[in-house]
Amino acid sequence: MMTFIWVSLLIVILSMLGVLYRIFRGPSTPDRLIALDVIGVMFISATALVSILFHTAFFFEVILLLAVLSFIGTVSFSKFIEKGEIIERDRNR
Amino acid sequence: MKTNDVILQTGTKVVFFIIFLFSIHIFFAGHFAPGGGFVGGLLTTAAIVLLLLAFDLKTVQKALPFNFMIVVAIGLLLALGTAAGSIIFNVPFFTHAFGDFYLPLFGESALHTAMIFDAGVYLVVVGSTITMIQTIGGDS
Repeated sequence: MMTFIWVSLLIVILSMLGVLYRIFRGPSTPDRLIALDVIGVMFISATALVSILFHTAFFFEVILLLAVLSFIGTVSFSKFIEKGEIIERDRNR
Repeated sequence: MKTNDVILQTGTKVVFFIIFLFSIHIFFAGHFAPGGGFVGGLLTTAAIVLLLLAFDLKTVQKALPFNFMIVVAIGLLLALGTAAGSIIFNVPFFTHAFGDFYLPLFGESALHTAMIFDAGVYLVVVGSTITMIQTIGGDS
């Protein structure tokens, strides 16, 4: 059972390296943004696997926190790409 | 160009309450589990930042009509009051008290004055970060 967890952790880390290539060589900014979002999801799965390995339930808050922060970061960055400003003063002027 | 982000706004109306409830949970779980006032405050700030992203600054200021600098003052007052309240009972500064009480809805529960100090930390973190974000982001 533990070897299964170790192998899946290795696969997650290898796919994280594959996504890092897209961050370094992404032709456009949205490519890099989506790659960063995928990196966040992979951090969540790596944290879950590590919490199985350590026999602890204290990392579950970290998982939810990573999901929330990854979502908010992606939304703010895509709004910056779309409109050029992140927080508008008055939307319907 | 007028954009219509109805998916983001409708999603925000659901996700905001989930993030806010999670921040309240992480604030109250701080004594026996990871978390506490600081992380709970930052997560509440994240929920309000999501509102600021989906809507604009004026709408959020109308929905949450607080002056967040006064929130910082209330938090500092709570923390200092908890620390100074121990002097009245002739014990050293910052001595906390705790005990088991019977509450009507929750039943037997242990209450600790460190939670009031943590509420002060929570209010200071929320107030200062929201003040920073509103001051920086509110320029057109």
